[in-house]
Amino acid sequence: MERRFPKITVWRVIFAAIMLSGAYATYLRIRYGLGGSTNLSDQFPWGLWIGFDVMCGVALAAGGFTLVAIVHIFNIEQYKPVLRPAILTAFLGYSLVVVGLLFDLGRPDRLWHPLVMWNPHSVMFEVAWCVTLYSTVLFLEFLPMVFEKFGWHKPLEWIHRISVPLMILGVLLSTLHQSSLGTLFLIVPEKLYGLWYTPILPLLFYISAIAAGLAMTIFESWHSSRAFGRALELPLLASLGRVLAVVMSVYLWIRFLDLGHRGAFSLLRQNRMETWLFALEIGLAVVPTVLLYQAAVRLRPGALYACAVMVVFSFIANRLNVGTTGLEAGSGTHYIPKWSEIAVTLSIVAAGFAIFHFIAHYFPVFEAHSHEPAPARAEESEEDPVAV
Amino acid sequence: MSKAILYDSTLCIGCKACEGACAERWGLPYDDKIAAEEKISAHKLTAIETHGEHFSRRLCMNCQQPACASVCPVGALQKTALGPVVYDADKCMGCRYCMQACPFQVPSYEWDKRLPRMRKCDMCSERQSQGKITACSEACPVAATITGDRDQLIAEAHRRLAEKPDSYYQKVYGIAEVGGTSVFYLSAVPFEQIGLRTGVPHEPLPETTWRVLELVPDVVSTGSVLLGGIWWITNRRAEVAKKEGRR
Repeated sequence: MERRFPKITVWRVIFAAIMLSGAYATYLRIRYGLGGSTNLSDQFPWGLWIGFDVMCGVALAAGGFTLVAIVHIFNIEQYKPVLRPAILTAFLGYSLVVVGLLFDLGRPDRLWHPLVMWNPHSVMFEVAWCVTLYSTVLFLEFLPMVFEKFGWHKPLEWIHRISVPLMILGVLLSTLHQSSLGTLFLIVPEKLYGLWYTPILPLLFYISAIAAGLAMTIFESWHSSRAFGRALELPLLASLGRVLAVVMSVYLWIRFLDLGHRGAFSLLRQNRMETWLFALEIGLAVVPTVLLYQAAVRLRPGALYACAVMVVFSFIANRLNVGTTGLEAGSGTHYIPKWSEIAVTLSIVAAGFAIFHFIAHYFPVFEAHSHEPAPARAEESEEDPVAV
Repeated sequence: MSKAILYDSTLCIGCKACEGACAERWGLPYDDKIAAEEKISAHKLTAIETHGEHFSRRLCMNCQQPACASVCPVGALQKTALGPVVYDADKCMGCRYCMQACPFQVPSYEWDKRLPRMRKCDMCSERQSQGKITACSEACPVAATITGDRDQLIAEAHRRLAEKPDSYYQKVYGIAEVGGTSVFYLSAVPFEQIGLRTGVPHEPLPETTWRVLELVPDVVSTGSVLLGGIWWITNRRAEVAKKEGRR
């Protein structure tokens, strides 16, 4: 692929434009502080960088722990071919979250402070520790790909020896971290709009992160099969789609019950921005869920991919609603991100795609399918254990 | 014995002497232009607001169980026994969770600085620890703002309500709000009419997150046993299957 470097394609031009605007926005951030590079205010201290870069970045990485749990702890080996891409996504996702934090923190040079100055009553403290520890775990889970590439057998053995406790630790840290991003917003009952504020936010964040992680796994496989001319593991992805449908159903049902129990359905009668954003978010979740129950949809790559994309977008809408738009009315202000906030966000996403592509190209991420997933295998996935 | 502030809107004449004294105490600039800004910000930690014919004052409520201190990941904010909620700028990493969490939208940020800090009133913590009253109370020519022991100020507030029932809206703002604050308000009209947030919960906010956070050790220990156990069972099953397959 490196032979084609000088060739100019539409995507490369777009990529370069995004990165250039991101570089200029970064200059503004460093030179003029948060005031010169964001539309944040005393009334609205968190914006796109927290709502998208951090909250979505973390959960789009959830495929990593979900698949580690499926393959190594529940020992469902058939999903192994998509395990490594999922771990790579998670590792990149977390690294990019840290990059996003460096932009957003007022004092990025003090990123390490929570590790030394403790306040166990703070959710943010828990988040900081989870990010640190889980990034380390993901790095260790990613290392075997590097060791294999260079044929270092000794370190490979060491890693394998600690792999089981490492994986269990990773799953636990993810569980804590994904849910604690929801817990963050429990402190603002009077600010967050009633369609989103619920005492079970941590649970909802956890389940939706699993769904987003699975959707991202399908999304990546589809893209990488096109980029690298690989055959698509369709039966495998189709059965992952089945799991996704179940997880989404559980999620939507809990949200429905929660809205009912809190008497929040009456809010839907109001014609205001929040109602429409909520409708968008739920619509984008319901449509793919219903579709994924059809075998014909799951077995058509394009349709399966479209469903995964809808799930991801529904999820992003949810995080942005909880993290930004749902807080506007309660904060008595409006927030529209500045161009530089958007430019940095797009650059981070674009960098993520590029690095993924690079690593997937040079390292053994997509394994050679020694044990080909026979179509019959897909039927076995009837009792998928993920929707716990 | 913790200290508190009582602000009586019916006495306030809107002279803004408290603003000037506050600026001086913090070493912040203060001129006519800043005086005209009717909102608190990183360069103005207290502000007199005009609501029709009534005045109101904004400052940090120095809550009894402050949300800001509970959410701060580095413990830069602390509730002192004396009453003030104090801030250590050397610890702060600028996550601004305190600003998000504050139900009164008090903490302000130095948005335009390259090495920004959060700013808020700390009830003149160092003056109070020397036994002095707050700068704003000292400056107030009509005793609309007074400093004293929290219990005594609550009693004083109720005494005023009972003494002149016609002059006051019959409630003290700050007793029930978020489980109690160290700043109390008296007003002639319902509090929302002088710009106070009346929708805030009466429960201390730190409890909303602590209810979940306190489960962390349980989740970790139960989760390790559960996942370890599942791995043990499934792995054994796979081993057995392999052996039987070989036979």
